Amino acid sequence: MPPGGQNNDHESQGLTPQADECKDETKMTREMTGAEMVIQALKDQGVDTIFGYPGGAVLPIYDEIIQQEGLEHILVRHEQGAGHAAEGYARSTGKPGVALVTSGPGATNMVTALTDAMLDSIPLVCISGQVPTHLIGNDAFQECDTVGITRPCTKHNWLVRDVDDLARVLHEAFYVATSGRPGPVVVDIPKDVQFATGTYQGPTPNPAAAHKSYRPQIKGDAASIRMAAEMMAAAKKPVLYTGGGVINSGPQACQLLRELVSLTGFPITSTLMGLGAYPASGDNWLGMLGMHGTYEANMTMHDCDLMVCIGARFDDRITGRTDAFSPGSRKIHIDIDPSSINKTINVDLPIIGDVAHVLEDLVRIWRSSSMKPDAAALKDWWKEIDQWRARNSLAYKPNNDVIMPQYAIQRLYDLTKHRKTFISTEVGQHQMWAAQFYGFEEPNHWLTSGGLGTMGYGLPAAIGAQVAHRDALCVDIAGDASILMNIQEMSTAVQFGLPVKVFILNNQYMGMVRQWQQLLHGNRLSHSYTESLPDFVKLAEAYGGVGFRVEKPGDLDGAIEEMIAVDKPVLFDCRVANLTNCFPMIPSGKAHNEMLLPDEANDEAVANAISAEGKSLV
Amino acid sequence: MNAQNVDAPSAYFLAEVSNEIETHTLSLLVDNEPGVLARVIGLFSGRGYNIDSLTVSETEHEKHLSRITIVTTGTPMIIEQIRHQLDRLVPVHRVTDLTVRARRANQDKPLERELALVKVTGTGEKRLEALRLGDAFRATVIDATTEHFVFEITGRTSKIEQFITIMKPLGLVEVSRTGVAALQRGPEGL
Repeated sequence: MPPGGQNNDHESQGLTPQADECKDETKMTREMTGAEMVIQALKDQGVDTIFGYPGGAVLPIYDEIIQQEGLEHILVRHEQGAGHAAEGYARSTGKPGVALVTSGPGATNMVTALTDAMLDSIPLVCISGQVPTHLIGNDAFQECDTVGITRPCTKHNWLVRDVDDLARVLHEAFYVATSGRPGPVVVDIPKDVQFATGTYQGPTPNPAAAHKSYRPQIKGDAASIRMAAEMMAAAKKPVLYTGGGVINSGPQACQLLRELVSLTGFPITSTLMGLGAYPASGDNWLGMLGMHGTYEANMTMHDCDLMVCIGARFDDRITGRTDAFSPGSRKIHIDIDPSSINKTINVDLPIIGDVAHVLEDLVRIWRSSSMKPDAAALKDWWKEIDQWRARNSLAYKPNNDVIMPQYAIQRLYDLTKHRKTFISTEVGQHQMWAAQFYGFEEPNHWLTSGGLGTMGYGLPAAIGAQVAHRDALCVDIAGDASILMNIQEMSTAVQFGLPVKVFILNNQYMGMVRQWQQLLHGNRLSHSYTESLPDFVKLAEAYGGVGFRVEKPGDLDGAIEEMIAVDKPVLFDCRVANLTNCFPMIPSGKAHNEMLLPDEANDEAVANAISAEGKSLV
Repeated sequence: MNAQNVDAPSAYFLAEVSNEIETHTLSLLVDNEPGVLARVIGLFSGRGYNIDSLTVSETEHEKHLSRITIVTTGTPMIIEQIRHQLDRLVPVHRVTDLTVRARRANQDKPLERELALVKVTGTGEKRLEALRLGDAFRATVIDATTEHFVFEITGRTSKIEQFITIMKPLGLVEVSRTGVAALQRGPEGL
């Protein structure tokens, strides 16, 4: 959340617009049913869109939805779709996403999306219906222990047994979801509580101060920030390693990050989740780091003497072998979540706080103390980095007959970069190629399932983004296997006139599974080939959308232009080279400086890339 | 999570990183609401942490606050993780590592006590020996027939372990233990 944004700021204590409205006493407390309270609380929290699916235990809330205006309900085709759509909405707007589902299967279908939001720190408020309180524990029809099931995959959850608690809990849910490290929350509401009448209370103006136990630290420790600045000024081989926390912290954090880069001249790399915080066209950009990151980014991380980790969490896709991770560096870690500090990698200087607040102080100290980076050392460092860059680790062999998947992404990028474009992805090779070859200039334009790796995320996420940005181009870069995991949401897109474009890199394989089978299991391709794929063009038409199929590189540009021009949901079946591997790659169990580069990856190198110990890793 | 709970991050605070397994006693102040214990326990099982002992009871009735005392083992890095992970839970007001507190105050350990009920059967010399040892350990007999005693014993975990071991050959039948209750020494509270 941006400083001064919703519910989050200790310092300014500024009333949010919603809170201002609630100064109206009649709105503050008034008698209404639980179902009415849900709608009122959502409106008071500034919600304009919810994604949901009705069912027995939420009928009273749906009865209120149809009788009001101002809150748009997007009917999905599967509750998981509602969750991912809410995530896409949240990621592309910076506001919390809201989903509404029924009890039992409605709630269990949400579990994947909740876990996804948990791992990627996406603010998500899920409201679920529950069987009436007197039936709880009776194995009633469509009953499940929703709070029990969702406890480990939410930041917090509540079962509301008393209608007089409902309004308070709903407001608290928004506070918890959006403050500190954001995440998903569930409010489980039994049907009798939805019918019961109670007293509604508006949101508290300063929920952070009012909350009895959850008050995350926003401001970083001043002495530590000064020490960080001094370490940065003294560094000879520095690198900035940034992550999704910068984007969660808001546009101001991204602005400050850019300022910091231009002040220091430091090289910068980012995790998958952090793409767009610093522009891909920026001079200091090294590309993404990690398992499928660039050679220059990983070598810079390995050889640096100072690593400044900003809003990232040393995930295993990033570090490779932890005992060989950046052995010669001192490490500064800026994170709002104290449990991220020293979790996998020991750091020398932890700074707990919101990225925007910490960077604001850091930039101020840097300027006011007229600090300067070690220019001579930095020049040598860049010379080294430029040699790694010259290795051109993303290179691939162009082909005139078959579309190379990397080429398809490059063409998509070139033909869409001048527009307001949001890119979502499914999970697999296409996701990595999208991260490598699509250049993100701004935050919040890249929606991907990073932590959980949820196939089926991309289409509903694109729908969520499109709902929030009706005039934008929303493209789901998909694989032929992933897209089938939530294909039913095409129907949602058609119903609500959401012209999302699904750009399928179709190689007929679960490409990443096949690549790992090649690397780890003697190329025995067990169940990673889809023998019968649907005809995606006909499928698009069956849903009421438009289908394209392209098989030749020469036809690609024209078809992409056509796809963009169509004002309907599109399935774009881009037939690509079947057996392409995604490189460069840090094989499991290897360090940053042991990358497998595309030009070295012959069959033998691929077959021997992973050691016996590495094979047991994921 | 509470901002005041976060230790002021000093540079290089983990200068002496040790990989030795240590036993620490953590004290948590939590809202006494449904599910709070499940959250705490679920965190331990979900993340593969150890629980050696767990004691829970409401301690401030008017504020509905419970105190949970957990004895856990792990490397200092893992115990630090446990503390922060617990602190992240919304109904947790405060997490204190009493072992670290005691060390900082140059004390050996925090105050830790456990209560155990120990049932022993036997006749003749064994029975007398059990009674004598109960006396030596300052255990109280709270139930007895001609064939058995139930001892109530309070003390540090090591004392209770020792008492139970000694009772084994003297006809130990069963034991019920409360788990560790702990406070830091000195006048200050949490």
